[in-house]
Amino acid sequence: MTKSTSLIALAAGIAILALLVAAGCTATQPAETAVPDQNELVVFTAASLTGAMTDIAKAYETAHPNTKIVLNFDGSQALRTQIEQGARADLFLSANTKHMMALQGEGLIVNDSVGIFAKNKLALIVPKDNPAGITGLLDLSRPGIRMVMGTKEVPFGDYTRQALQKMADDPACGPEYRDAVMANVISEEPTVTSLVAKIRLGEADAGIAYASDVSEGDRAFVTTIAIPDQYNVIASYPLGIVRESVAQDRAAAFAEYISSPDGAAILSRYGFTPAGR
Amino acid sequence: MTQTMDRICRRGNLPLRILIATLVGLAVLFIGIPLAALLLRVPPALLLASLQDPVVLDALSLSLVTAGISTIIVIGFGTPIAYINARCQYPGKKIIDTITDLPVVLPPAVAGLALLMAFGHRGLVGQYLDLLGIEIAFTTIAVIMAQVFVASPFYIRQARTSFAGVSRVYEHAARTLGAGPLRTFFSITVPLAITGILSGAVMTFARALGEFGATIMFAGNLQGKTQTMPLAIYGALQGDMDASLALAVILVVISFAVIIVIKTLTEKEEADT
Repeated sequence: MTKSTSLIALAAGIAILALLVAAGCTATQPAETAVPDQNELVVFTAASLTGAMTDIAKAYETAHPNTKIVLNFDGSQALRTQIEQGARADLFLSANTKHMMALQGEGLIVNDSVGIFAKNKLALIVPKDNPAGITGLLDLSRPGIRMVMGTKEVPFGDYTRQALQKMADDPACGPEYRDAVMANVISEEPTVTSLVAKIRLGEADAGIAYASDVSEGDRAFVTTIAIPDQYNVIASYPLGIVRESVAQDRAAAFAEYISSPDGAAILSRYGFTPAGR
Repeated sequence: MTQTMDRICRRGNLPLRILIATLVGLAVLFIGIPLAALLLRVPPALLLASLQDPVVLDALSLSLVTAGISTIIVIGFGTPIAYINARCQYPGKKIIDTITDLPVVLPPAVAGLALLMAFGHRGLVGQYLDLLGIEIAFTTIAVIMAQVFVASPFYIRQARTSFAGVSRVYEHAARTLGAGPLRTFFSITVPLAITGILSGAVMTFARALGEFGATIMFAGNLQGKTQTMPLAIYGALQGDMDASLALAVILVVISFAVIIVIKTLTEKEEADT
């Protein structure tokens, strides 16, 4: 390769990077200048709340331009570990009362700030074209179904196993049903988002997750099938203010907004059942 | 050679030497403290107990087997690429060079997504494989493919540099004496470049052993089938913290062993020259 062609290649490479940087700058600048006086509020949020909390935070920031909500999404257990290890967080939204109670027990959460703000039901999720022709829970035990579920450690995986156990206890299905379903599992997912992604891509035929896990963007690609209440495990979502937080008042105000009619409307849009505190 | 090295190390005024010593000390502490913290949290009894845990054993053996196979595949496919890129000029060489280096800068999750789009049941290639009844995604083969994809540049780069460092004079001499190109390659070039080739292979093995992002995306997470050590560590972190820590320590110990192997090889090379 001659010197001039490699120079052209170098120039092209630099130009591409410069364009991307420029695009990035112009995209972020208005947001930075629009809110001159930002007070950050760090909210550790269970991954299943990703869509709803992003919208709630946006709505809250519009109404309260002085507060900047920083959302940190991960599994509830990972967030709990981070808080135990001293991560800076103001508010904790858990997908499981177990982790909230554990943090309360360790004195890391302001006790009277804790309350259930939403409930959630398990649902069956299949790709839109449903190649395996799944219509209900009973189809999951058919041989050859590619099934995904949460790991037994994460709340939605734990609830899935509880639901399967309820079916196994029902003489209409029996333990063979549960064993057949478990034999169809191709992957145990650490987060709901990675589970829904695999169904959306058509790489799995079915999965079980929270009804809320199907976002508006996903709805064009996947279908949700309700699981009867008798087998369902209804999840409770508690929130609590972190004791170490230096922004107790701001955290309380935002917590109140989540439970307000505005917050509740967004929560139900994402498949949650809002709970009055 | 060693005398000039010694002089460079001895030269310099005191403040400079203190500054350098401080920087070195901070760098060592920065890496050493987290490792020490990890080791201190796991008493030997817990480590031994966790070695009885089927989750730990499955993850350990799956990791070692897949990383071993991945390394062999990378050596098989990477050696010719490394050699022609070190020795030959051909059209498109820069493109081949860039493509083989790309996985280093690609986030592993992106690599996993790309592999899924290519070889998944509905992927670009995978949909046709599916018709033939061949399944790749979410199998142990997918684990190996993810590792090969992410870890191959470490071998190819190192081997290419080593081949480039072998003087053509020896190769020409061998050819003049009647050795064929393959015989020249295996009895002259490879022995002269062996240190670089081996340390490249060891780095690839280590990177394959630590692979997480591409694996969980493309191969999924299923104990005994696709759950390698990094996946088991992350999974256990959500529940059994002890198992997670024990696995982490085992991974650190293996990594230490890998680095010692590289160091020994490099020292041997320095002694030889």
